[in-house]
Amino acid sequence: MKVVHSNTQPVMLSEEKKRSWLSGLLYSRKVAPYVFVAPFIISFLVFFAYPLVQTFVMSFQEVLPGETTFVGLENYRKLNNQTFYTALLNTVQYTFWTLVVLIPIPLVLAVLLNSRMTRFKNIFKSALFIPVLTSTIIAGIVFRLIFGDMSSAFMNSFLIKLGLKPELWLSSEGTGMFVMVLLASWRWLGVNMLYFLAGLQNISNDLYEAADIDGASTFQKFFHITLPSLKPVTVYVLTISIVGGFRMFEESYVFWQNYSPGDIGLTLVGYIYQQGLAYNNMGLGAAIGIVLLMIILIVSVISLKLSGSFKEEH
Amino acid sequence: MKRKVSCVLAVLLVISLLSGCSVNTASGPSKSKTTTLTYWTFNGLHEALFQDAAKNWNKVHPDRKIKLNSVVYPYGQMHDNLSISLIANQGVPDIVDIEQKRFATMVKGNQVPLVDLTSLVAKDRDKFVESRLTMYSKNGKLYGIDTHVGTTVMYYNMDIMQKAGVNIDRIQTWDDYVKAGKKVVKKTGKPMTTIETKDPNNFLPMIVQQKSGFFDKNGKLILNNKINVKTLEFLRDMVYTDKVAVPTPGGNHHAEEYYGFMNQGGAGSVLMPIWYMGRFLDYMPDLKGKIAIRPMPAWTKGGDRSAGMGGTATAIPKASKHIDLAKDFLQYTKVSKEGNIKLWTVLGFDPLRWDVWDDPALQKENKYTAYFTNGTSLFNMLLELKDEINPLYMTEDFPAVSDKLATQILYKTIKLRNETPKKALDDAAKELE
Repeated sequence: MKVVHSNTQPVMLSEEKKRSWLSGLLYSRKVAPYVFVAPFIISFLVFFAYPLVQTFVMSFQEVLPGETTFVGLENYRKLNNQTFYTALLNTVQYTFWTLVVLIPIPLVLAVLLNSRMTRFKNIFKSALFIPVLTSTIIAGIVFRLIFGDMSSAFMNSFLIKLGLKPELWLSSEGTGMFVMVLLASWRWLGVNMLYFLAGLQNISNDLYEAADIDGASTFQKFFHITLPSLKPVTVYVLTISIVGGFRMFEESYVFWQNYSPGDIGLTLVGYIYQQGLAYNNMGLGAAIGIVLLMIILIVSVISLKLSGSFKEEH
Repeated sequence: MKRKVSCVLAVLLVISLLSGCSVNTASGPSKSKTTTLTYWTFNGLHEALFQDAAKNWNKVHPDRKIKLNSVVYPYGQMHDNLSISLIANQGVPDIVDIEQKRFATMVKGNQVPLVDLTSLVAKDRDKFVESRLTMYSKNGKLYGIDTHVGTTVMYYNMDIMQKAGVNIDRIQTWDDYVKAGKKVVKKTGKPMTTIETKDPNNFLPMIVQQKSGFFDKNGKLILNNKINVKTLEFLRDMVYTDKVAVPTPGGNHHAEEYYGFMNQGGAGSVLMPIWYMGRFLDYMPDLKGKIAIRPMPAWTKGGDRSAGMGGTATAIPKASKHIDLAKDFLQYTKVSKEGNIKLWTVLGFDPLRWDVWDDPALQKENKYTAYFTNGTSLFNMLLELKDEINPLYMTEDFPAVSDKLATQILYKTIKLRNETPKKALDDAAKELE
């Protein structure tokens, strides 16, 4: 008994000490915040910061099994080729068209759905939102079949019925871009609409009532109350759409598996995939990634600057 | 940082291995040892071949039993996983299938991460179609065992040929072929053949037939040499001058559009390797009993009448834990005579070893002999061609050249016709150099 007693005493003490140390940590004003944000910080460091630094280093290397050599700016020099410019141009065009479609249309739809006169609101809302829940790849396969090159494909047989000529949708430049933007628009319309709807709920009704008293028309109310009040939401949607446009990959991959005729569907991310994985040029792939990062950064900063988001709020 | 992480991972791996070992020894020596080998492939058919081989191997080698843990990934994913795990030197399979186009990128650099397999074929090297070994060799060392020769042949639709009054056995050269094509177009209104614009399955065999290719023996890019320009012009002229061919519907001979088109008797013939027989069976059932297989037309009388196209090599990564067993098993599956017979009976491919081509097992009736008018005499024809298959030299840039053809050159010269073959090939060669 005695032996056991004398043995358990210090164990209990250390247990207690441990517990008090832990509670001290959790209740400490200095340390606790760091403990709580630690999961994010750690996952950020491991899954974002480290790969980012590593990518930057890799963009100056040639990476092969068992041997990694520094090649200076060689990878960046190799980017001066036609395929890279094609990919860049495609990506910029795609981003531009998604912005043209995916900001005004969801905004107008949101306003219509927010209007008191619209009926069956919930049906429309869910109908427009459902595409978001599908996978790009699965929806893309359906799109590919609809826009097949054969005259028996859905869209072509439709065109023929209308007395028009069938198109080689996925084999020529303009139509290829059109189908990619269409797929993206179909899928993302609902999300952007939801952002705008949320923004609309925040606009005080007093403003509209005051405008009514002043005798403002519906259009005047839209342009002078709704649009300016939605600016923060619009800037947010614009920024994520720019990032989304530049990092596009699936919409192109599902149609052509990265081998599009005349590279009409090659995007910058597709080019990373091609070089880094298909050709085992990890260094060059990393260099494209860094260039893409720079482009997105610059474009986003410019768009935020132009929309006045850096100014202090009053 | 990288080294530290990999150290930790390595330690974990060793611990897990050690614990695995202790369990094995605990089970006692009385139970014969079974080793688990991991096998990656992107083709379910190949899995069937290897599982069949494992079953038979275990009967012959009760002391070295294998449990084959095979994983079938989609094409892109499998190769991506492999190239990353080869660079990381971790998580590699023991045996892996690598498709021809991606193979060259896996043996890049001075330290090839794959095991040298030269010794496996050393004994019977003269029985193999040598060009299929050269293709997967680097500096004289063989790193992969192919699955077939891929003898390229012409598949003729006999309904159309008979209607046009064409005797296919008299087509010896490409000129004869074009002449016969004109007859076909005139009599039936159908094109003689289709030319791929999204894949080089017409262009590549036709240049290899003339001992050309993408690279010469020393790995120098010869994409825009005279033969290649002439051949591309010939293909373009078949479509626009002689009007005997059309660009392939859907862009290549694997497109759904093409299968439908061909199945309905859309064209008189198609140039594809022997392994394309399976596609006829699966996707063009209406042509059963109507398709005859003949050698490719030659460029000159007495010229070479075939080329070996496509392919998938099986390799063993150096980081495998069971290299010796994997080598012996691979030898059993794809190098031995019995294994090569299975390449035909299980997969319907033309085996690498031509010394089995006249084996009775390859003359037996099966679903292929029932579909094609050649019947059981198919391999007699292939035997005639075995010495007419020229090597195709590969470098690490092979996929880039092949993709350039698929996405740019063929599309611009044959589909859009907005660039001359010479300019398209010159431009591509300049960019690739």
